[in-house]
Amino acid sequence: MTQTTMNLALLSLGVCGILVALSILGEVLRARLPAGQANPVLDTYQTRVQSWWTIVALVAIALMAGQFGAVLLSFFASFAALREFLTLTTKARADHLSLALAFFAVLPLQYLFVWMGWHSMFTVFIPVYAFLVLPVVSALRGQPARFLIRVAETQWALMICVFCLSHVPALLSLDIPQMGDSNVLLIAFLILVVQFGDLLEYWFGRRIGKHRIAPELSPKTREGMIAGLLSAAAIGAALHWITPFGVLGAAGMAAAASLFGMMGHLVFAAIKRDRGVRDWSHLIPGQGGVLNQLDSVLFAAPVFYHLTRYIWAT
Amino acid sequence: MKSLMSFARAFAANIAGHALRLFALFVTAARADWRGVGPEPVQRVYYANHTSNGDLPMIWAVLPAALRRQTRPVAAADYWLKNRLRAFCGRDVFRGVLIDRRPEVNDNPMDKILAALDEGSSLIIFPEGKRNMTDDPLLPFKSGLYNIAKARPDVDLVPTWVANLNTIMPKGEVIPLPLICTVTFGAPVHVAEDETREAFLARAGQALADLRPEDPA
Repeated sequence: MTQTTMNLALLSLGVCGILVALSILGEVLRARLPAGQANPVLDTYQTRVQSWWTIVALVAIALMAGQFGAVLLSFFASFAALREFLTLTTKARADHLSLALAFFAVLPLQYLFVWMGWHSMFTVFIPVYAFLVLPVVSALRGQPARFLIRVAETQWALMICVFCLSHVPALLSLDIPQMGDSNVLLIAFLILVVQFGDLLEYWFGRRIGKHRIAPELSPKTREGMIAGLLSAAAIGAALHWITPFGVLGAAGMAAAASLFGMMGHLVFAAIKRDRGVRDWSHLIPGQGGVLNQLDSVLFAAPVFYHLTRYIWAT
Repeated sequence: MKSLMSFARAFAANIAGHALRLFALFVTAARADWRGVGPEPVQRVYYANHTSNGDLPMIWAVLPAALRRQTRPVAAADYWLKNRLRAFCGRDVFRGVLIDRRPEVNDNPMDKILAALDEGSSLIIFPEGKRNMTDDPLLPFKSGLYNIAKARPDVDLVPTWVANLNTIMPKGEVIPLPLICTVTFGAPVHVAEDETREAFLARAGQALADLRPEDPA
């Protein structure tokens, strides 16, 4: 067993410990309910914890399988996310081919480039080539009604669901001297600090939150966000041993990732509000769609990738 | 020997059915929204909007196994018997009630439909009669739905809206888009004692159109 696998196993055990505690808490609350009484909040909580078990198992297995596992899991996550996003965007008959290309050409090619570690290609493929070619494909079918809205929404879907998410497995191709072949731990670090930052932001927001930052969009509060960011920084510092960042660097990186994650959450709340939906789909029991789960990671991943690359990679 | 062949055929039809269902679920993450009725195994006529040849497999895929086994689609024989593969799907996988639309054939489609109902099957029908290529949500219904409602007043007529399929697989396109498809089942309708054909068909059409999700754009 290599050091990396060992560390991954340790992290998984830690997360499983937390999930065991959350599961037991759910059962305790359930047992305290008078027999036959329904409690929808508790039902949702328990379904969510169950979904969390599945997600943690999937991510742990994928990361232990190395680069191929990470790329494959992200590929399928991108596919599901893109499907949820494009279901709600503006489209016309003339866009059929460009949308098919988005799913069946752009998405696989982006992950192929990531898998090859071809940095100069995967960072421009969607922002440049897909950006230029897909509108041409739509235009050739000649249907001008709401053209700009259609191509812009398709491009946004690709940027967020494919381009941004592909930066998670792309962390594996960074050349960081202190890390050797253990970059996979950076993925674990990113996901853990962003997700726990979200959870704690929500938790603190419910308890000490007063001033909403965008009252029309989301219940997020200034107090909750600050507490969430500090918690994320603390978790990051505690996990500094799996990173090349050092204690302070790890706290800063965690706070930066978490900040962008929370902002991503806000942006997605605005999109959902505009389209009149609460959830992106019903794929994950208790949580809604893949995008409900991933929105913060999507925003955090490119920033985390580039900060790591500029400061620590050679 | 003959029984072995029919066993093999039924077995192959089951496997093909599962494969088709899994494919539909993988591509479109199809989901049933049981809004007006629950997924109970009672006899029903699911009447649905028709925009794409994928409508039928989609409804079929989201039905729970017990309901799926007792549900048969009413479909056009000229389409489903065109070649051997389609005939296998139409006759063996979907166990369709196949209606011959040719004018020179003189059999009454209602006989076949009522016979299927009388043996206990639920049905899937597309009362618009053909695929809707217009921008209107629904074409005017043909009389079949009214005739069924009159002939078998106890059977629940369940409006079934298939969302998004005209974008997933428009007529003339080859590659389906993997967007999410939701099948919404509404509250059952029955024909009233003194209701006219036109009034009933309009009411049933409205009940179906009401299930349509709002246009996101």
